[in-house]
Amino acid sequence: MPKIKYIEHNGKEHIVDVPLGWSVMEGAVKNMIPGIDADCGGACACATCHVYVDPAWAAKLPPKEDMEETMLDFAQDLEANSRLSCQIKVTKELDGFTVRLPKSQH
Amino acid sequence: MEKFVIVGAGQAAAQAIASLRAEGYSGAITLVGDELYPPYQRPPLSKAYLLGKLERDRLFLKPDQFYTEAGVELRLGVQATAIDRPARRLQLSDSSSLRYDKLLLATGTRVRRIRVPGAELAGVHYLRSIADVDLLRPALVPGKKLAVIGGGYIGLEVAAVAVKLGLEVTVFEALERLMARAVSPALSEFYLAEHRAAGVKFHLNTGVEGFTGDGELRAVRAGGAEHAADLALVGIGVLPNAEIAAAAGLSCDDGIVVNRYCASVDDPEIFAAGDCTRHHGRDGSLLRLECVQNAIDQAKHAALAMLGRPTPYSEVPWFWSDQYDLKLQIAGLARPGDDLVLRGNPAARKFAVFHLRKGLVAAVEAVNAAPEYIVGRKLITDATPVSVERLADTAISMKQIA
Ligand SMILES: Cc1cc2nc3c(=O)[nH]c(=O)nc-3n(C[C@H](O)[C@H](O)[C@H](O)COP(=O)(O)OP(=O)(O)OC[C@H]3O[C@@H](n4cnc5c(N)ncnc54)[C@H](O)[C@@H]3O)c2cc1C
Ligand code: FES
Repeated sequence: MPKIKYIEHNGKEHIVDVPLGWSVMEGAVKNMIPGIDADCGGACACATCHVYVDPAWAAKLPPKEDMEETMLDFAQDLEANSRLSCQIKVTKELDGFTVRLPKSQH
Repeated sequence: MEKFVIVGAGQAAAQAIASLRAEGYSGAITLVGDELYPPYQRPPLSKAYLLGKLERDRLFLKPDQFYTEAGVELRLGVQATAIDRPARRLQLSDSSSLRYDKLLLATGTRVRRIRVPGAELAGVHYLRSIADVDLLRPALVPGKKLAVIGGGYIGLEVAAVAVKLGLEVTVFEALERLMARAVSPALSEFYLAEHRAAGVKFHLNTGVEGFTGDGELRAVRAGGAEHAADLALVGIGVLPNAEIAAAAGLSCDDGIVVNRYCASVDDPEIFAAGDCTRHHGRDGSLLRLECVQNAIDQAKHAALAMLGRPTPYSEVPWFWSDQYDLKLQIAGLARPGDDLVLRGNPAARKFAVFHLRKGLVAAVEAVNAAPEYIVGRKLITDATPVSVERLADTAISMKQIA
């Protein structure tokens, strides 16, 4: 299983195995990593699964779909490397993938 | 040690546990649920999970470890049958009972059963739980005829999945338009056309009179005619699970009546959250909501109230529905008499309807239109006055309107 690294806003790191095909959001929720709320459960409807993607990895991700792009557009503390983690699917290539979590999801 | 008991292991319960611990509650928590599972997400039951695109594991809201670490005693497969308020004891179906200091009712709703001849035939399905999907999913065989009774969200989401799986789908709706309780006529019309284009057939203004068959469903009787059907899915609404509250003398009125803090109006040790509550909307009117947002947000407020730090619930409701590649996102609450403003063109499969009341946005319904949804939600929350002309003008971006 690919390993995904989540870095909380306070710097605390979590490295967990996430099954192929799951989303990066699900990896956080199923491992109780604080900082991702995911109220809508991955329906791209709540924008409470906002993460910052490590720049070294950004290029390896498929581009955002329109819905994600616009949901993010209005997220708080938006940065160039902001993504909705429910829309990032875990693949073999993402072994070692790293995201930072924002201060708050609301 | 102080002891909190939560009845109903659903969306609201999972949030309440997380919030209680995050807010520093260190007493005992027992969760009583009559399903066999710990809290799980229901929305995928009529979407990706029904389609077979999501494994069961992925439905659960929290991993098992969450309950262990939070020190929650799980009593699953057990029903709460009575509340003895003077003794502060909850009676359970396995003849045991639980003492509580504070009790949270998060019992949700159950499906409304159809009362017509033949309703007991095998092949007549409902959809609320994993157990329901376990029965329905194997029956969704390509080529079979599915009758969907009720053109609401659940019926239409199932119709979309079933037609994708290769079934012949017919929807029977008693009212003249789809999702009539929930959305404006423009959306009803749009979704009707989309479903028709996908091959779904409709009988509007057509109440179902009965089911016929010999042990197994063969046909649906509706509008005076027989319509062949191999299986039926009934989606005609839900009823709040409020009986144990009512029997204990708590005020109930299509739901357990709570105050702004998600506390019972009759008993300071009892709280309620989620689909089962009748509560005050932002405009003060009493209502009952059936959506994930309400379950999550009420659970947060209920948890604080249980800890003696009540905060008023006033979040703007939001909801979504997935049918085909269409994402419907709704925020706020529409009422009859609202002024409707259409933004965008339904033919482009990307548009929104704003509901204005006294110059303020009261609700927005957005189809594949996230900016309209997100900004609409903000306009509702902040009660920002907007002009109809600007809202309707797609040359002005939602960012400029925000
Ligand atoms: C098929 C389907 C699709 C949906 N799609 C969406 C969607 O797209 N978006 C959205 O926002 N919402 C959707 N919803 C609604 C959403 O799932 C509910 O609003 C939400 O689950 C409510 O949470 P709750 O905790 O109040 O109740 P529930 O999640 O229903 O949990 C209540 C639990 O309490 C149990 N219970 C009841 N009485 C007792 C008792 N006496 N003793 C023990 N246990 C008891 C019930 O069996 C149930 O397990 C959907 C619902 C369904 C069924
Ligand atoms: S979980 Fe709701 S948008 Fe990602």
